[in-house]
Amino acid sequence: MKSGWRYNAFSYTVAIPFAIVLAFPFVWMAVTSFKPEAQVYDPTKVWSFHPTLANYGFLFHHTDYLRWIRNSCFVGLLVVLITLLVAMPAGYALARLSGRVGRSMGVGIFLTYLVPPTLLFLPLSRVIAQYLHLSDRLWALVVVYPSFTIPFAIWLLMGFFKTIPQELEDAALIDGCSRLGSLVRIVFPISIPGILTVVIFTFSLVVNEFVYAITFISSSTNRTLTVGVPTDLIRGDLFNWPGIMAAILIPSIPLALVYNAFLNRFIAGFTGGAFR
Amino acid sequence: MSAVAAVGGSRRTRLRYITERRGFLATLLISPAVLFILALVGVPLVLAVYLSFTDAQAGSLSGRWVGLANFRHAVHDPIFRGALWHTFLFTAISQVVVILCAGLIAHAFIRKFRGRWALRFFILLPWAAPIALTAIGFLWFYDPQASIFNWFLVKLHIVGASHVPNWLGTPKAAMSSIITVQAWRTIPFAVVIFLAGISSIPQEVDDAAAIDGATGVRKFWYVSLPLQLPIAMVAVLFGIVFTATDMIVPFILTNGGPFNSTQVLTTYAFQTGINAGNIGEGAAVALFMLPVLALVVIGMLVFARRAEVT
Repeated sequence: MKSGWRYNAFSYTVAIPFAIVLAFPFVWMAVTSFKPEAQVYDPTKVWSFHPTLANYGFLFHHTDYLRWIRNSCFVGLLVVLITLLVAMPAGYALARLSGRVGRSMGVGIFLTYLVPPTLLFLPLSRVIAQYLHLSDRLWALVVVYPSFTIPFAIWLLMGFFKTIPQELEDAALIDGCSRLGSLVRIVFPISIPGILTVVIFTFSLVVNEFVYAITFISSSTNRTLTVGVPTDLIRGDLFNWPGIMAAILIPSIPLALVYNAFLNRFIAGFTGGAFR
Repeated sequence: MSAVAAVGGSRRTRLRYITERRGFLATLLISPAVLFILALVGVPLVLAVYLSFTDAQAGSLSGRWVGLANFRHAVHDPIFRGALWHTFLFTAISQVVVILCAGLIAHAFIRKFRGRWALRFFILLPWAAPIALTAIGFLWFYDPQASIFNWFLVKLHIVGASHVPNWLGTPKAAMSSIITVQAWRTIPFAVVIFLAGISSIPQEVDDAAAIDGATGVRKFWYVSLPLQLPIAMVAVLFGIVFTATDMIVPFILTNGGPFNSTQVLTTYAFQTGINAGNIGEGAAVALFMLPVLALVVIGMLVFARRAEVT
């Protein structure tokens, strides 16, 4: 076996440089966000300057930033709700359906997750505008986003449900519980950590989405975070760089923290669906 | 009184009887998901194919059937040919970088060590933060006057202060810039896939290799590497899909410029379909992504079958 210190030395020599390189953009964003706007182009003030919070104030008081955050949360919560309602029963059924049918259906649903928004946004823009009359409405996003969150959530939930022993449900059935009852009373409650993982990752998929949001939404007040910042904080050639950096960091840090906290569960669900 | 109760009871038992049948229950539970996916993925996909054979414009319901005209037009369009080639370059180069870096990083994170949580957090940041936002950050890092990368290059005496590259303003530099951002963004995801895959390799394999005296490079070459190839495959396939079909990075950083030198299929489809309003032509451009997708899907199915066998 590899001795402990040798592995540790290997880990540090690989992990530390990569961590520095991959995280450096965020360090530089943070530094820029505290810089007085007049000094961002000053070559003598690259690292030494008087930090200010003015850029954060500008963001909250003079732009629609808070509104975009609200819009993103509104769409995110509704989509998470729809996704859970549709994906939980389906994920359970696919986890328990043994044999060829269940397996190929699971793979089939997963493959639809790979069909990219960039292939569907043109026909969907027509459907949204002409048949659903939802142009420039947040509801357009609420309707369309489940198309990629549901396959993703089903796959993860399938992995989680497979780890629940069948015997638990059999015991409930013997005690007179119906199949649906055992689903609601036994399976869902013990899957809460898994379901929470799906909630987190679905929400982050929604906050991340860009292609549909930029295609379907046209007015500033209805934009989501990812589209509002690149379109409305950059007006013409006027870039308020410190403000923009603040706007990037504010959602990124909390998202990254939850993401990291739930990553191990995510890996368990992802491989549970694939390798069992 | 009792008769009423009996009728109610029998109806309930009948309902219960139906929901107890496994096949019926499974269909009941799966069908909402299938309907949703058919309506939101299946129908638009068919519609995309249909639109690509018409001259549909944005804002009007009509669209005449024009046969293969859109495709013929695309194939003879030099910008489109460029976009095909750039999509290939963008995907291939970034994924080679990603797989090499991610494989190395993942191996450093297999076992516990002091500070692992914090280091993993930093390494995952680029994937966890919304790319549409962080890409704007790079717009600032590549700024022709105040690029922080150029500041380092000058301080380290790699280039002279008057010869600093204009990252997004010249064709070759622009292409390497967007490839760098895409690789930066995808590395953490590939690390996650690698970690997931490596943790599914049973410990017995390691022990057996140790008993047989395989160590260091030999063990890596003959034992670890072959076992991890399927995982690397999965990471590559995901990476290809997420890179070849995604438009965020080129869209925000260069929007295809300068002089279409970073135009990829997705940005060109957006410009033709949405900005210029030629939905039919844009759909035809986007459909050229299908062969890539099909290849990836076949790869995944082959891999899934192999995983089933072992």
